[in-house]
Amino acid sequence: MGDINLSVLIASLMVASVPILLAALGEMVTERAGVLNLGVEGMMIMGAICGFIVAVGTGSPLLGFVAGAAGGAGISLLFAVLTLVFLANQVATGLALTLFGLGLSALMGQGYTGIKPPATAEIDFGALSEIPFLGRVLFSHDWVVYFSLFMVVAIWWFITRTRAGLVLRAVGESAEAAHALGYKVARIRLGAIAFGGAMAGMGGAYISLIRVPQWTDGITAGAGWIALAIVVFASWRPVRVLIGAYLFGGITVLQLNLQAAGSSIPVEYLSMAPYLVTIAVLVAISAGRGRNTDAPAALGQNFHSVR
Amino acid sequence: MLRRTLLASAALGLSLMAAGTAMAQDKVKACFVYVGPINDGGWTQAHHIAVLKTQEHFGDKVEVMWQENVPEGADSERVMTQMALGGCNIIFTTSFGYMDPTNAVAAKFPDVKFEHATGYKREHPNVTTYNARFYEGRAVNGTIAGMMTKSNKIGYIASFPIPEVIQGINSSYLHAKKMNPAVEMVVVWAFTWNDPAKEADAAQALIDQGVDVIFQHTDTTAPLALAAKTPGVIGFGQARDMEEYKPSPRVSSIIDNWEAYYIKRVQAVMDGTWESQDSWDGLAAGAVGIGEITGVPDDVKAAAEKVRDDIIAGTYHPFTGPINKQDGSVWLADGQVATDGDFAGMNFYVEGITGDIPQ
Repeated sequence: MGDINLSVLIASLMVASVPILLAALGEMVTERAGVLNLGVEGMMIMGAICGFIVAVGTGSPLLGFVAGAAGGAGISLLFAVLTLVFLANQVATGLALTLFGLGLSALMGQGYTGIKPPATAEIDFGALSEIPFLGRVLFSHDWVVYFSLFMVVAIWWFITRTRAGLVLRAVGESAEAAHALGYKVARIRLGAIAFGGAMAGMGGAYISLIRVPQWTDGITAGAGWIALAIVVFASWRPVRVLIGAYLFGGITVLQLNLQAAGSSIPVEYLSMAPYLVTIAVLVAISAGRGRNTDAPAALGQNFHSVR
Repeated sequence: MLRRTLLASAALGLSLMAAGTAMAQDKVKACFVYVGPINDGGWTQAHHIAVLKTQEHFGDKVEVMWQENVPEGADSERVMTQMALGGCNIIFTTSFGYMDPTNAVAAKFPDVKFEHATGYKREHPNVTTYNARFYEGRAVNGTIAGMMTKSNKIGYIASFPIPEVIQGINSSYLHAKKMNPAVEMVVVWAFTWNDPAKEADAAQALIDQGVDVIFQHTDTTAPLALAAKTPGVIGFGQARDMEEYKPSPRVSSIIDNWEAYYIKRVQAVMDGTWESQDSWDGLAAGAVGIGEITGVPDDVKAAAEKVRDDIIAGTYHPFTGPINKQDGSVWLADGQVATDGDFAGMNFYVEGITGDIPQ
């Protein structure tokens, strides 16, 4: 590993992890409200194409991210209507949402291949970015990287330190009880679903606007499924979601760098390492205390108030 | 007795019908299995362009059908079966991983012609394999790489450890080294044909390791899109010209021209002259093209064009000895030229490339 520059590696992993981190955070909030939305991949790719179209059309990457969030939230409302109003099965609806998103994005993306989106500049920290090591790691990124980290803290604070977060969790643990207390279960879940969609959409937009940056059909290539898995293995806790996303992104980047640096570890092991290590570490930190009570008790169960 | 006669005549009728399909046909249904989306910017798009031109060439006489994003493996077998049942007369399967499924389905549909791209298995008389000599294009690109690299590190985003990819790595390296003996080849295995984010990550990892010329053997323009973010890094169009990244980072390209081949093979089905074969054309036949060389000094351009022209003229073979294998043993003696048999099973690096090929 002598050849690998650690600061460059960390800086790269922070960028590579952003899409998964944003999507996983959003899905975590949705699941905390008791809604299992398996449509993360579909919402991400809708965000990727909506963001791309708007960024190309307006020349503003910022508006692109807003549109990406709107696109993800928009398609998630479809899920919300089906599951909250028509009480459709959440698993089936979520899977359908993914298929629908992949198809619709391909349709919308006709004519957008081969186009370069406007570049998103890295924030200029002036002298701070000149600090050895830390400058490269902490002060060399675009705003979305900092936004994703801010959201980890914000969501952690919201869920564990606010009354609204408590209500959200109550809805996810027992919709009946929350309903009996007078909370609007459907409305709260609607908000959680839309938030999850917006975050997934932003994650998707990050892929098409910054990380790759271009539009290709199926550009998210399964990132949504990784995000879903990370939520579970992180046992629905924001900081663990961060750890999971950085581990997965980090080891993905690390294994490519190790290959490029001529590591003697066989490539097969390097290629499977992101999956194995992420699962192993998250299972290890989630093991032991309260393993069975981690999942929101009402996860995946529809609720209908009988009036 | 009557029943037996009936059965016999039915069998006779069936065999006549079967014989009929082997004869000339007025209308041919040609079907294509794609590993990626038709607008991937590279491999699949190049096939699709050729398919549309084939359709245009024949007009009403040919009906084309395709399916995108077909995963290699069991799914592809289902898709091919569907196509065969759906009346396709000839089915082109356009990715290496369709090799065994193609042969398996071909066994069940002896009247349907199967054409598998980039593979080497022809287990049934209705299976043909076809490929193009991409390594000839890599020789031209490798020449550019050797002259352009300033860090003396060139990188290769490899997809899967199959002979075609290894030919590309070896050819790129040999020709870069010819121009610049200090050059070092860095290979990253992505284990995907089509995953823009991963391809971009692989390109980033190469750049982080000091690579300034990137070859790709994956299907999308993602590595070029990523390279465009770092000044001084160049790459090459793969499968399609990828002209949207001209003049730099895309400084040249290897263009796959499947059109002539598809027209020829569909015509053969139409004429009833189709036979199993192994087709492998290169620069000279136009199956492989070199995209316009841009954004490099004139002497680099001239050197690369000379390699291209010599290959076309037949005066130069990209694998001409002396060439040793990675372990130092002699592969090709002085003046000896690699045979097609050597290429079909290529599973070793040439001398000078470090690292192991995943098995």
